[in-house]
Amino acid sequence: MDSVAEVEAAAENFTHAAGMDEDESFRVAMAVREATVNAVLHGNGYDPNKQVSVSFENNGKAIVITIADQGEGLDPDKLPDPLAPENLLRGTGRGIFLIRSFLDEVHFRQLHPGTELTLIKNLKAAAS
Amino acid sequence: MALSIATRQLDGVTILDLSGRITLGEGSVQLRDAIRDLISKGVKNVLLSLGDVNYIDSSGLGELVSAFTTAKNQGAEVKLLNLTKKVKDVLQVTKLYTVFDIFDDEASAIASFK
Repeated sequence: MDSVAEVEAAAENFTHAAGMDEDESFRVAMAVREATVNAVLHGNGYDPNKQVSVSFENNGKAIVITIADQGEGLDPDKLPDPLAPENLLRGTGRGIFLIRSFLDEVHFRQLHPGTELTLIKNLKAAAS
Repeated sequence: MALSIATRQLDGVTILDLSGRITLGEGSVQLRDAIRDLISKGVKNVLLSLGDVNYIDSSGLGELVSAFTTAKNQGAEVKLLNLTKKVKDVLQVTKLYTVFDIFDDEASAIASFK
């Protein structure tokens, strides 16, 4: 889990450097943390021989963060809705929902093997 | 910073003053153990004071929900006090804000158990 903390700290530094305020930075860093935990635990199954790769990019209009694992992949359309009344009191299943809630765009790509998440958060237009 | 938990009693309510993060590997298990310990001892009224909890992740949310349901199944209650902005934000997004009894001041929270 040390690597998760490292990625989370990197996300905080990156979002601050991109000019995001505290609330936005928190939300993006949390989404990155959730995605990295998923990659390590659910994707790679905590296998030390598998890697998680993370990249950060600021293209001037948005920050784009990709997180890829080497696991068996997942179908995001088959995840249960954590807001459904029958799921509200479940102990798990909120990670990807939080990621989707906190970012402007989230894309899943199957890597065979592995899953790559692309998280996009638009930057507010700079004041003129 | 990991989670620290201090326990005190007031008017028949067991208050857990939590401080730090409730996340996978950092506080979730501590919270789970603390709640299970109290419930197994027959404690019925539990108030989680979260004023010094500056971060919670999906795992931590799961522990809060588990605490709520574990208590309810044993005829006990778990309520929340003093949410920080970040914790409140996450509870609202996940609709868990509607599940818990949440208070901003301790006296009202204590009175609600009577």
